[in-house]
Amino acid sequence: MLARGWRPAAALFLLFLFWELAVKFFETPAWLLPSPSQIFATGISEWTKFYPHLLATVKLAAAGFFIGAGTGLLTAMLLHLLPFIKESIYPLLILSQNIPIIVLAPLLIIWFGFGMLPKIIVITLVCFFPVTIAALDGFRQATPELRQYMYMAGATKGQLFWKLEFPYSLPAVFSGLKISATYSVMGAVISEWLGAQAGIGVYMTLASSSFRTDRVFVAIFFIMILSLLFFFLIKLAERFIIHWQYREDVHQ
Amino acid sequence: MTLLTVTNLSKQLGGVKILENINVRVKKGEFLTILGPSGSGKSTFFQLIGGLMLPDSGSIYLGNEKINGKRGYISYMPQTPSLLPWRTVMGNVLLGQELKGKKDKQLAAEMLERAGLGAYKDAYPHELSGGMKQRAAFIRALLSPQSVICLDEPFSALDEFTRLHMQKWLLSIWEEYKKTIIFVTHNIEEALFLSDRIIVFSERPATVKAEFKLPFPRPRKENILFDEQFLAIKQKIFREISGGR
Ligand SMILES: Nc1ncnc2c1ncn2[C@@H]1O[C@H](COP(=O)(O)OP(=O)(O)OP(=O)(O)O)[C@@H](O)[C@H]1O
Ligand SMILES: [Mg+2]
Repeated sequence: MLARGWRPAAALFLLFLFWELAVKFFETPAWLLPSPSQIFATGISEWTKFYPHLLATVKLAAAGFFIGAGTGLLTAMLLHLLPFIKESIYPLLILSQNIPIIVLAPLLIIWFGFGMLPKIIVITLVCFFPVTIAALDGFRQATPELRQYMYMAGATKGQLFWKLEFPYSLPAVFSGLKISATYSVMGAVISEWLGAQAGIGVYMTLASSSFRTDRVFVAIFFIMILSLLFFFLIKLAERFIIHWQYREDVHQ
Repeated sequence: MTLLTVTNLSKQLGGVKILENINVRVKKGEFLTILGPSGSGKSTFFQLIGGLMLPDSGSIYLGNEKINGKRGYISYMPQTPSLLPWRTVMGNVLLGQELKGKKDKQLAAEMLERAGLGAYKDAYPHELSGGMKQRAAFIRALLSPQSVICLDEPFSALDEFTRLHMQKWLLSIWEEYKKTIIFVTHNIEEALFLSDRIIVFSERPATVKAEFKLPFPRPRKENILFDEQFLAIKQKIFREISGGR
Protein backbone atom coordinates (compact mmCIF):
# COMPACT_ATOMS: atom_id res chain seq x y z
CA MET A 1 0.00 0.00 0.00
CA LEU A 2 2.85 2.34 0.88
CA ALA A 3 4.52 1.59 -2.40
CA ARG A 4 1.42 2.62 -4.35
CA GLY A 5 0.64 5.56 -2.03
CA TRP A 6 3.37 7.86 -3.30
CA ARG A 7 1.58 8.87 -6.52
CA PRO A 8 -1.51 10.46 -4.95
CA ALA A 9 0.71 11.88 -2.20
CA ALA A 10 2.93 13.53 -4.80
CA ALA A 11 -0.11 14.87 -6.70
CA LEU A 12 -1.52 16.31 -3.50
CA PHE A 13 1.81 17.90 -2.62
CA LEU A 14 2.04 19.53 -6.06
CA LEU A 15 -1.52 20.84 -5.75
CA PHE A 16 -0.75 22.41 -2.36
CA LEU A 17 2.48 23.88 -3.69
CA PHE A 18 0.65 25.44 -6.63
CA TRP A 19 -2.07 26.77 -4.34
CA GLU A 20 0.49 28.27 -1.92
CA LEU A 21 2.42 29.98 -4.72
CA ALA A 22 -0.74 31.25 -6.41
CA VAL A 23 -2.04 32.80 -3.19
CA LYS A 24 1.38 34.44 -2.57
CA PHE A 25 1.68 35.63 -6.15
CA PHE A 26 -1.81 37.18 -6.45
CA GLU A 27 -1.73 38.42 -2.84
CA THR A 28 -5.20 37.00 -2.23
CA PRO A 29 -6.65 38.21 1.07
CA ALA A 30 -6.95 35.45 3.67
CA TRP A 31 -10.74 35.88 4.12
CA LEU A 32 -11.16 35.04 0.43
CA LEU A 33 -8.72 32.18 0.09
CA PRO A 34 -6.11 31.36 2.72
CA SER A 35 -2.94 29.55 1.69
CA PRO A 36 -2.31 25.93 2.80
CA SER A 37 0.39 27.09 5.23
CA GLN A 38 -2.05 29.54 6.83
CA ILE A 39 -4.67 26.82 7.12
CA PHE A 40 -2.12 24.49 8.67
CA ALA A 41 -1.11 27.14 11.21
CA THR A 42 -4.75 27.80 12.09
CA GLY A 43 -5.31 24.09 12.47
CA ILE A 44 -2.54 23.88 15.04
CA SER A 45 -3.49 26.98 17.02
CA GLU A 46 -7.20 26.05 16.96
CA TRP A 47 -6.66 22.39 17.85
CA THR A 48 -7.76 22.55 21.49
CA LYS A 49 -10.92 24.43 20.48
CA PHE A 50 -11.55 22.22 17.48
CA TYR A 51 -10.91 18.86 19.10
CA PRO A 52 -14.26 18.58 21.00
CA HIS A 53 -16.15 19.34 17.77
CA LEU A 54 -14.18 16.70 15.92
CA LEU A 55 -14.90 14.13 18.61
CA ALA A 56 -18.63 14.92 18.55
CA THR A 57 -18.76 14.44 14.78
CA VAL A 58 -16.79 11.19 14.92
CA LYS A 59 -19.23 9.80 17.47
CA LEU A 60 -22.28 10.96 15.55
CA ALA A 61 -20.97 9.67 12.21
CA ALA A 62 -19.98 6.30 13.68
CA ALA A 63 -23.35 5.84 15.41
CA GLY A 64 -25.18 6.94 12.26
CA PHE A 65 -23.07 4.63 10.10
CA PHE A 66 -23.75 1.55 12.21
CA ILE A 67 -27.47 2.26 12.41
CA GLY A 68 -27.69 3.24 8.73
CA ALA A 69 -25.65 0.29 7.44
CA GLY A 70 -27.53 -2.08 9.73
CA THR A 71 -30.85 -0.74 8.43
CA GLY A 72 -29.55 -1.12 4.88
CA LEU A 73 -28.54 -4.72 5.40
CA LEU A 74 -31.78 -5.64 7.12
CA THR A 75 -33.80 -3.97 4.36
CA ALA A 76 -31.88 -5.92 1.75
CA MET A 77 -32.43 -9.21 3.59
CA LEU A 78 -36.13 -8.52 3.97
CA LEU A 79 -36.53 -7.63 0.31
CA HIS A 80 -34.50 -10.65 -0.78
CA LEU A 81 -36.29 -13.22 1.34
CA LEU A 82 -39.78 -11.82 0.68
CA PRO A 83 -39.87 -11.10 -3.06
CA PHE A 84 -43.50 -9.90 -3.01
CA ILE A 85 -42.47 -7.09 -0.64
CA LYS A 86 -39.60 -6.22 -2.92
CA GLU A 87 -41.90 -5.38 -5.80
CA SER A 88 -43.92 -2.90 -3.78
CA ILE A 89 -41.14 -1.32 -1.70
CA TYR A 90 -38.25 -1.07 -4.14
CA PRO A 91 -39.56 2.02 -6.02
CA LEU A 92 -40.18 3.75 -2.68
CA LEU A 93 -36.56 3.14 -1.72
CA ILE A 94 -35.36 4.84 -4.85
CA LEU A 95 -37.75 7.73 -4.24
CA SER A 96 -36.36 8.08 -0.71
CA GLN A 97 -33.05 8.97 -2.31
CA ASN A 98 -34.63 11.80 -4.26
CA ILE A 99 -35.74 13.76 -1.19
CA PRO A 100 -33.32 16.67 -0.80
CA ILE A 101 -31.82 16.33 2.68
CA ILE A 102 -31.63 20.11 3.02
CA VAL A 103 -35.43 20.26 2.72
CA LEU A 104 -36.10 17.25 4.86
CA ALA A 105 -33.81 18.26 7.71
CA PRO A 106 -35.83 21.26 9.03
CA LEU A 107 -38.97 19.11 8.89
CA LEU A 108 -37.28 16.44 10.97
CA ILE A 109 -36.38 19.07 13.54
CA ILE A 110 -40.01 20.21 13.71
CA TRP A 111 -41.12 16.62 14.22
CA PHE A 112 -38.41 15.28 16.49
CA GLY A 113 -36.75 18.30 18.12
CA PHE A 114 -33.02 18.96 18.42
CA GLY A 115 -31.95 15.64 19.94
CA MET A 116 -30.02 12.76 18.41
CA LEU A 117 -32.99 11.20 16.62
CA PRO A 118 -33.37 13.60 13.65
CA LYS A 119 -29.60 13.55 13.10
CA ILE A 120 -29.48 9.76 13.10
CA ILE A 121 -32.40 9.72 10.68
CA VAL A 122 -30.55 12.02 8.28
CA ILE A 123 -27.39 9.89 8.37
CA THR A 124 -29.38 6.68 8.05
CA LEU A 125 -31.14 8.08 5.03
CA VAL A 126 -27.86 8.74 3.22
CA CYS A 127 -26.13 5.56 4.49
CA PHE A 128 -28.61 2.74 4.06
CA PHE A 129 -29.15 2.96 0.32
CA PRO A 130 -25.67 1.99 -0.98
CA VAL A 131 -25.64 -0.98 1.39
CA THR A 132 -29.13 -2.13 0.40
CA ILE A 133 -28.39 -1.98 -3.31
CA ALA A 134 -25.01 -3.67 -2.97
CA ALA A 135 -26.36 -6.43 -0.74
CA LEU A 136 -29.40 -7.10 -2.94
CA ASP A 137 -27.04 -7.48 -5.84
CA GLY A 138 -24.66 -9.64 -3.83
CA PHE A 139 -27.36 -12.05 -2.65
CA ARG A 140 -28.07 -12.97 -6.26
CA GLN A 141 -24.44 -13.52 -7.22
CA ALA A 142 -24.01 -17.09 -5.96
CA THR A 143 -23.39 -19.32 -9.00
CA PRO A 144 -26.21 -21.57 -10.31
CA GLU A 145 -24.01 -24.64 -9.72
CA LEU A 146 -23.65 -23.88 -6.02
CA ARG A 147 -27.37 -23.11 -5.72
CA GLN A 148 -28.19 -26.36 -7.43
CA TYR A 149 -25.88 -28.27 -5.12
CA MET A 150 -27.44 -26.72 -2.02
CA TYR A 151 -30.98 -27.45 -3.21
CA MET A 152 -30.20 -31.05 -4.18
CA ALA A 153 -28.62 -31.59 -0.78
CA GLY A 154 -31.95 -30.57 0.71
CA ALA A 155 -31.08 -27.07 1.97
CA THR A 156 -33.99 -25.02 3.27
CA LYS A 157 -34.47 -21.43 2.15
CA GLY A 158 -32.88 -20.24 5.39
CA GLN A 159 -29.90 -22.55 5.02
CA LEU A 160 -29.45 -21.46 1.43
CA PHE A 161 -29.34 -17.85 2.57
CA TRP A 162 -27.04 -18.16 5.57
CA LYS A 163 -24.69 -20.82 4.21
CA LEU A 164 -24.46 -19.67 0.61
CA GLU A 165 -26.05 -16.38 -0.42
CA PHE A 166 -24.97 -14.29 2.55
CA PRO A 167 -21.28 -15.25 2.62
CA TYR A 168 -21.18 -14.98 -1.16
CA SER A 169 -22.52 -11.42 -1.00
CA LEU A 170 -19.90 -10.16 1.47
CA PRO A 171 -17.52 -8.66 -1.10
CA ALA A 172 -20.42 -6.73 -2.64
CA VAL A 173 -21.74 -5.70 0.76
CA PHE A 174 -18.34 -4.32 1.66
CA SER A 175 -18.20 -2.11 -1.41
CA GLY A 176 -21.56 -0.70 -0.31
CA LEU A 177 -20.23 -0.22 3.21
CA LYS A 178 -17.24 1.73 1.93
CA ILE A 179 -19.51 4.20 0.14
CA SER A 180 -21.75 4.47 3.18
CA ALA A 181 -18.83 5.08 5.50
CA THR A 182 -17.74 8.14 3.53
CA TYR A 183 -21.35 9.37 3.21
CA SER A 184 -21.83 9.05 6.95
CA VAL A 185 -19.31 11.84 7.67
CA MET A 186 -21.05 14.17 5.20
CA GLY A 187 -24.42 13.18 6.67
CA ALA A 188 -23.19 13.94 10.18
CA VAL A 189 -21.90 17.39 9.21
CA ILE A 190 -25.13 18.28 7.41
CA SER A 191 -27.23 17.13 10.33
CA GLU A 192 -25.13 19.29 12.65
CA TRP A 193 -25.98 22.35 10.61
CA LEU A 194 -29.52 21.83 11.85
CA GLY A 195 -28.41 22.75 15.30
CA ALA A 196 -26.20 20.92 17.75
CA GLN A 197 -24.07 21.60 20.83
CA ALA A 198 -20.85 20.58 19.15
CA GLY A 199 -19.60 19.12 15.89
CA ILE A 200 -17.61 20.06 12.81
CA GLY A 201 -20.87 21.30 11.26
CA VAL A 202 -21.39 23.72 14.16
CA TYR A 203 -17.77 24.88 14.04
CA MET A 204 -18.09 25.42 10.30
CA THR A 205 -21.25 27.53 10.59
CA LEU A 206 -19.65 29.74 13.24
CA ALA A 207 -16.48 30.11 11.20
CA SER A 208 -18.20 31.04 7.95
CA SER A 209 -20.56 33.53 9.59
CA SER A 210 -17.54 35.36 11.04
CA PHE A 211 -15.65 35.17 7.70
CA ARG A 212 -12.91 32.98 9.16
CA THR A 213 -12.28 31.23 5.88
CA ASP A 214 -9.11 29.61 7.26
CA ARG A 215 -11.22 27.85 9.91
CA VAL A 216 -13.73 26.72 7.30
CA PHE A 217 -10.86 25.12 5.43
CA VAL A 218 -9.59 23.44 8.58
CA ALA A 219 -13.06 21.95 8.96
CA ILE A 220 -13.13 20.86 5.31
CA PHE A 221 -9.76 19.15 5.57
CA PHE A 222 -10.78 17.31 8.69
CA ILE A 223 -13.98 16.14 7.01
CA MET A 224 -11.89 14.71 4.18
CA ILE A 225 -9.42 13.08 6.55
CA LEU A 226 -12.26 11.58 8.53
CA SER A 227 -13.96 10.20 5.43
CA LEU A 228 -10.70 8.63 4.31
CA LEU A 229 -10.13 7.18 7.75
CA PHE A 230 -13.58 5.61 7.82
CA PHE A 231 -12.99 4.22 4.34
CA PHE A 232 -9.73 2.59 5.35
CA LEU A 233 -11.20 1.17 8.53
CA ILE A 234 -13.87 -0.57 6.45
CA LYS A 235 -11.21 -1.78 4.04
CA LEU A 236 -9.26 -3.21 6.94
CA ALA A 237 -12.33 -4.99 8.27
CA GLU A 238 -12.95 -6.33 4.77
CA ARG A 239 -9.48 -7.80 4.55
CA PHE A 240 -9.94 -9.42 7.89
CA ILE A 241 -13.37 -10.88 7.19
CA ILE A 242 -13.07 -11.88 3.52
CA HIS A 243 -9.61 -13.35 3.90
CA TRP A 244 -10.33 -16.20 1.44
CA GLN A 245 -10.75 -13.76 -1.42
CA TYR A 246 -7.61 -11.78 -0.70
CA ARG A 247 -5.52 -14.93 -0.51
CA GLU A 248 -7.00 -15.93 -3.83
CA ASP A 249 -5.87 -12.64 -5.36
CA VAL A 250 -2.36 -13.25 -4.12
CA HIS A 251 -2.26 -16.66 -5.75
CA GLN A 252 -3.36 -15.52 -9.17
CA MET B 1 -32.72 -55.24 -3.53
CA THR B 2 -33.87 -52.34 -5.70
CA LEU B 3 -33.18 -48.97 -4.11
CA LEU B 4 -34.12 -46.47 -6.79
CA THR B 5 -36.90 -47.10 -9.30
CA VAL B 6 -37.54 -44.72 -12.15
CA THR B 7 -40.61 -45.52 -14.26
CA ASN B 8 -41.72 -43.98 -17.57
CA LEU B 9 -39.97 -40.69 -16.84
CA SER B 10 -40.56 -37.93 -19.43
CA LYS B 11 -39.57 -34.30 -19.44
CA GLN B 12 -39.85 -31.39 -21.85
CA LEU B 13 -37.85 -28.19 -21.50
CA GLY B 14 -38.81 -25.09 -23.44
CA GLY B 15 -41.12 -27.12 -25.67
CA VAL B 16 -38.40 -29.63 -26.58
CA LYS B 17 -38.64 -33.27 -25.51
CA ILE B 18 -35.49 -34.05 -23.53
CA LEU B 19 -36.29 -37.34 -21.81
CA GLU B 20 -38.83 -39.85 -23.04
CA ASN B 21 -40.06 -42.88 -21.14
CA ILE B 22 -36.93 -43.56 -19.17
CA ASN B 23 -37.01 -46.72 -17.05
CA VAL B 24 -34.14 -47.38 -14.68
CA ARG B 25 -33.74 -49.57 -11.61
CA VAL B 26 -30.74 -49.25 -9.36
CA LYS B 27 -29.84 -51.95 -6.85
CA LYS B 28 -28.45 -51.17 -3.42
CA GLY B 29 -24.66 -50.95 -3.54
CA GLU B 30 -24.60 -50.94 -7.33
CA PHE B 31 -22.34 -48.79 -9.50
CA LEU B 32 -24.49 -47.77 -12.45
CA THR B 33 -23.23 -45.59 -15.27
CA ILE B 34 -25.36 -43.58 -17.66
CA LEU B 35 -23.54 -43.14 -20.91
CA GLY B 36 -24.85 -40.63 -23.40
CA PRO B 37 -23.79 -38.04 -25.94
CA SER B 38 -23.35 -34.43 -24.96
CA GLY B 39 -26.66 -32.65 -24.55
CA SER B 40 -28.69 -35.86 -24.38
CA GLY B 41 -30.24 -34.98 -21.04
CA LYS B 42 -28.03 -36.70 -18.46
CA SER B 43 -27.84 -33.68 -16.17
CA THR B 44 -31.58 -33.15 -16.62
CA PHE B 45 -32.09 -36.74 -15.44
CA PHE B 46 -30.14 -35.96 -12.26
CA GLN B 47 -32.07 -32.75 -11.71
CA LEU B 48 -35.28 -34.76 -11.87
CA ILE B 49 -34.26 -37.44 -9.38
CA GLY B 50 -32.71 -34.72 -7.19
CA GLY B 51 -36.10 -33.01 -7.06
CA LEU B 52 -35.00 -29.74 -8.66
CA MET B 53 -37.78 -30.09 -11.24
CA LEU B 54 -40.95 -32.11 -11.53
CA PRO B 55 -41.18 -34.64 -14.38
CA ASP B 56 -43.99 -34.21 -16.91
CA SER B 57 -44.94 -37.81 -16.31
CA GLY B 58 -43.54 -40.89 -14.64
CA SER B 59 -42.42 -41.59 -11.12
CA ILE B 60 -39.27 -41.83 -9.05
CA TYR B 61 -39.20 -44.07 -5.99
CA LEU B 62 -36.48 -44.32 -3.39
CA GLY B 63 -37.30 -47.58 -1.62
CA ASN B 64 -41.04 -47.29 -1.11
CA GLU B 65 -41.15 -43.51 -1.03
CA LYS B 66 -42.16 -41.45 -4.02
CA ILE B 67 -39.63 -38.62 -4.35
CA ASN B 68 -40.92 -36.74 -7.40
CA GLY B 69 -39.96 -33.09 -6.82
CA LYS B 70 -38.59 -33.83 -3.32
CA ARG B 71 -35.16 -32.51 -2.50
CA GLY B 72 -32.56 -33.82 -0.12
CA TYR B 73 -32.98 -37.53 -0.86
CA ILE B 74 -30.02 -37.84 -3.20
CA SER B 75 -26.42 -36.94 -2.61
CA TYR B 76 -24.89 -35.17 -5.53
CA MET B 77 -21.53 -34.27 -6.97
CA PRO B 78 -21.88 -31.63 -9.67
CA GLN B 79 -20.01 -31.32 -12.96
CA THR B 80 -17.84 -28.58 -11.38
CA PRO B 81 -16.46 -29.20 -7.86
CA SER B 82 -18.68 -26.45 -6.36
CA LEU B 83 -16.87 -26.06 -3.06
CA LEU B 84 -17.63 -23.01 -0.93
CA PRO B 85 -14.58 -20.73 -1.18
CA TRP B 86 -14.89 -19.39 2.38
CA ARG B 87 -14.87 -22.80 3.99
CA THR B 88 -11.85 -24.98 4.63
CA VAL B 89 -11.73 -28.44 3.07
CA MET B 90 -13.00 -29.85 6.36
CA GLY B 91 -15.86 -27.32 6.49
CA ASN B 92 -16.76 -28.16 2.92
CA VAL B 93 -16.87 -31.93 3.24
CA LEU B 94 -19.11 -31.59 6.31
CA LEU B 95 -21.64 -29.41 4.47
CA GLY B 96 -23.90 -32.24 3.32
CA GLN B 97 -24.21 -33.58 6.88
CA GLU B 98 -24.65 -30.11 8.30
CA LEU B 99 -27.70 -29.46 6.12
CA LYS B 100 -29.43 -32.61 7.30
CA GLY B 101 -28.38 -32.74 10.95
CA LYS B 102 -25.40 -34.39 12.60
CA LYS B 103 -21.75 -33.73 11.81
CA ASP B 104 -19.18 -36.49 12.16
CA LYS B 105 -15.78 -34.81 12.21
CA GLN B 106 -13.92 -37.97 13.11
CA LEU B 107 -15.16 -39.89 10.08
CA ALA B 108 -14.54 -36.85 7.87
CA ALA B 109 -10.94 -36.58 9.06
CA GLU B 110 -10.48 -40.30 8.46
CA MET B 111 -11.82 -40.10 4.90
CA LEU B 112 -9.78 -37.02 4.08
CA GLU B 113 -6.74 -38.92 5.28
CA ARG B 114 -7.64 -41.85 3.00
CA ALA B 115 -8.14 -39.41 0.12
CA GLY B 116 -4.65 -38.00 0.59
CA LEU B 117 -6.10 -34.69 1.75
CA GLY B 118 -5.14 -35.12 5.40
CA ALA B 119 -2.59 -32.32 5.23
CA TYR B 120 -5.13 -30.03 3.53
CA LYS B 121 -7.92 -30.27 6.13
CA ASP B 122 -7.57 -26.59 6.98
CA ALA B 123 -6.70 -25.35 3.50
CA TYR B 124 -9.13 -23.31 1.40
CA PRO B 125 -10.37 -24.59 -1.97
CA HIS B 126 -8.28 -22.12 -3.98
CA GLU B 127 -5.17 -23.74 -2.55
CA LEU B 128 -6.07 -27.12 -4.09
CA SER B 129 -5.43 -28.54 -7.55
CA GLY B 130 -8.32 -29.55 -9.79
CA GLY B 131 -8.01 -33.22 -8.85
CA MET B 132 -7.90 -32.43 -5.15
CA LYS B 133 -11.03 -30.30 -5.41
CA GLN B 134 -12.83 -33.17 -7.09
CA ARG B 135 -11.70 -35.53 -4.37
CA ALA B 136 -12.98 -33.14 -1.70
CA ALA B 137 -16.32 -32.83 -3.54
CA PHE B 138 -16.57 -36.60 -3.72
CA ILE B 139 -15.80 -37.02 -0.02
CA ARG B 140 -18.53 -34.45 0.67
CA ALA B 141 -21.01 -36.52 -1.35
CA LEU B 142 -19.84 -39.73 0.33
CA LEU B 143 -20.22 -38.25 3.83
CA SER B 144 -23.70 -36.91 3.11
CA PRO B 145 -26.40 -38.97 4.85
CA GLN B 146 -28.25 -39.94 1.63
CA SER B 147 -27.89 -43.50 0.34
CA VAL B 148 -27.62 -42.77 -3.41
CA ILE B 149 -24.80 -40.67 -4.84
CA CYS B 150 -25.12 -39.05 -8.26
CA LEU B 151 -21.86 -38.11 -9.94
CA ASP B 152 -22.20 -35.82 -12.96
CA GLU B 153 -19.14 -36.20 -15.21
CA PRO B 154 -16.83 -35.61 -12.26
CA PHE B 155 -13.62 -36.18 -14.19
CA SER B 156 -14.40 -34.57 -17.53
CA ALA B 157 -12.41 -31.44 -16.71
CA LEU B 158 -9.27 -33.33 -15.69
CA ASP B 159 -6.31 -34.23 -17.88
CA GLU B 160 -5.84 -37.84 -18.99
CA PHE B 161 -3.22 -38.72 -16.32
CA THR B 162 -5.11 -37.28 -13.39
CA ARG B 163 -8.29 -38.85 -14.69
CA LEU B 164 -7.02 -42.45 -14.61
CA HIS B 165 -5.53 -41.81 -11.20
CA MET B 166 -8.85 -40.41 -9.95
CA GLN B 167 -10.82 -43.31 -11.40
CA LYS B 168 -8.67 -45.81 -9.53
CA TRP B 169 -8.92 -43.74 -6.39
CA LEU B 170 -12.72 -43.52 -6.71
CA LEU B 171 -12.99 -47.28 -7.05
CA SER B 172 -10.76 -47.96 -4.07
CA ILE B 173 -12.88 -45.69 -1.85
CA TRP B 174 -16.16 -46.98 -3.24
CA GLU B 175 -15.19 -50.61 -2.85
CA GLU B 176 -14.63 -49.89 0.82
CA TYR B 177 -17.78 -47.89 1.60
CA LYS B 178 -20.16 -49.57 -0.86
CA LYS B 179 -22.59 -46.75 -1.45
CA THR B 180 -24.98 -46.83 -4.38
CA ILE B 181 -23.61 -44.74 -7.23
CA ILE B 182 -25.14 -43.37 -10.41
CA PHE B 183 -22.34 -42.06 -12.56
CA VAL B 184 -22.76 -39.95 -15.67
CA THR B 185 -20.17 -39.73 -18.42
CA HIS B 186 -19.74 -39.60 -22.17
CA ASN B 187 -16.48 -41.50 -22.01
CA ILE B 188 -17.01 -45.18 -22.92
CA GLU B 189 -13.77 -46.42 -21.44
CA GLU B 190 -14.43 -44.68 -18.15
CA ALA B 191 -17.88 -46.27 -18.00
CA LEU B 192 -16.46 -49.74 -18.69
CA PHE B 193 -13.66 -49.44 -16.18
CA LEU B 194 -15.81 -48.25 -13.30
CA SER B 195 -19.27 -49.74 -13.44
CA ASP B 196 -21.29 -52.88 -12.72
CA ARG B 197 -23.82 -51.92 -15.33
CA ILE B 198 -24.06 -49.35 -18.14
CA ILE B 199 -27.19 -47.72 -19.52
CA VAL B 200 -26.86 -45.97 -22.86
CA PHE B 201 -28.97 -42.90 -23.55
CA SER B 202 -29.87 -42.10 -27.14
CA GLU B 203 -29.63 -38.62 -28.56
CA ARG B 204 -32.43 -36.16 -27.85
CA PRO B 205 -35.07 -37.08 -26.87
CA ALA B 206 -33.18 -39.51 -24.66
CA THR B 207 -34.50 -43.02 -24.28
CA VAL B 208 -32.71 -46.00 -22.79
CA LYS B 209 -31.18 -47.45 -25.89
CA ALA B 210 -29.16 -50.33 -24.54
CA GLU B 211 -27.99 -51.87 -21.34
CA PHE B 212 -24.79 -53.76 -20.60
CA LYS B 213 -23.90 -55.86 -17.58
CA LEU B 214 -20.16 -55.94 -17.03
CA PRO B 215 -18.59 -59.24 -16.03
CA PHE B 216 -15.28 -57.86 -14.71
CA PRO B 217 -14.35 -58.86 -11.16
CA ARG B 218 -13.91 -56.46 -8.24
CA PRO B 219 -11.59 -55.05 -7.13
CA ARG B 220 -10.98 -53.76 -10.64
CA LYS B 221 -7.45 -53.87 -12.01
CA GLU B 222 -6.04 -51.46 -14.52
CA ASN B 223 -5.06 -54.28 -16.87
CA ILE B 224 -8.69 -55.02 -17.78
CA LEU B 225 -8.39 -51.96 -20.02
CA PHE B 226 -6.53 -54.27 -22.46
CA ASP B 227 -8.66 -57.33 -21.83
CA GLU B 228 -10.23 -58.93 -24.93
CA GLN B 229 -13.67 -58.97 -23.38
CA PHE B 230 -13.29 -55.30 -22.44
CA LEU B 231 -12.47 -54.36 -26.00
CA ALA B 232 -15.33 -56.46 -27.34
CA ILE B 233 -17.90 -54.72 -25.16
CA LYS B 234 -16.36 -51.38 -25.95
CA GLN B 235 -16.85 -52.12 -29.63
CA LYS B 236 -20.44 -53.18 -29.07
CA ILE B 237 -21.25 -49.99 -27.19
CA PHE B 238 -19.49 -47.92 -29.79
CA ARG B 239 -21.58 -49.52 -32.53
CA GLU B 240 -24.71 -48.99 -30.48
CA ILE B 241 -23.98 -45.29 -30.17
CA SER B 242 -22.83 -44.55 -33.70
CA GLY B 243 -25.40 -46.88 -35.31
CA GLY B 244 -28.18 -44.61 -34.15
CA ARG B 245 -27.04 -41.69 -36.24
N1 LIG C 1 -34.34 -24.65 -19.53
C1 LIG C 1 -34.16 -25.26 -20.71
N2 LIG C 1 -34.92 -24.95 -21.78
C2 LIG C 1 -34.74 -25.57 -22.96
N3 LIG C 1 -33.81 -26.51 -23.19
C3 LIG C 1 -33.00 -26.84 -22.16
C4 LIG C 1 -33.13 -26.24 -20.87
N4 LIG C 1 -32.19 -26.79 -20.07
C5 LIG C 1 -31.52 -27.67 -20.81
N5 LIG C 1 -31.99 -27.72 -22.07
C6 LIG C 1 -31.53 -28.61 -23.16
O1 LIG C 1 -31.67 -29.92 -22.71
C7 LIG C 1 -30.66 -30.74 -23.27
C8 LIG C 1 -30.11 -31.64 -22.21
O2 LIG C 1 -29.33 -30.92 -21.32
P1 LIG C 1 -28.42 -31.64 -20.21
O3 LIG C 1 -27.65 -30.59 -19.51
O4 LIG C 1 -29.30 -32.51 -19.40
O5 LIG C 1 -27.48 -32.53 -21.13
P2 LIG C 1 -26.23 -33.42 -20.69
O6 LIG C 1 -26.48 -34.78 -21.22
O7 LIG C 1 -25.97 -33.29 -19.25
O8 LIG C 1 -25.08 -32.75 -21.52
P3 LIG C 1 -23.50 -32.62 -21.18
O9 LIG C 1 -22.90 -33.94 -21.48
O10 LIG C 1 -23.04 -31.57 -22.12
O11 LIG C 1 -23.40 -32.21 -19.75
C9 LIG C 1 -29.64 -29.81 -23.88
O12 LIG C 1 -29.70 -29.96 -25.28
C10 LIG C 1 -30.08 -28.43 -23.48
O13 LIG C 1 -29.91 -27.54 -24.55
MG1 LIG D 1 -24.44 -32.41 -18.09
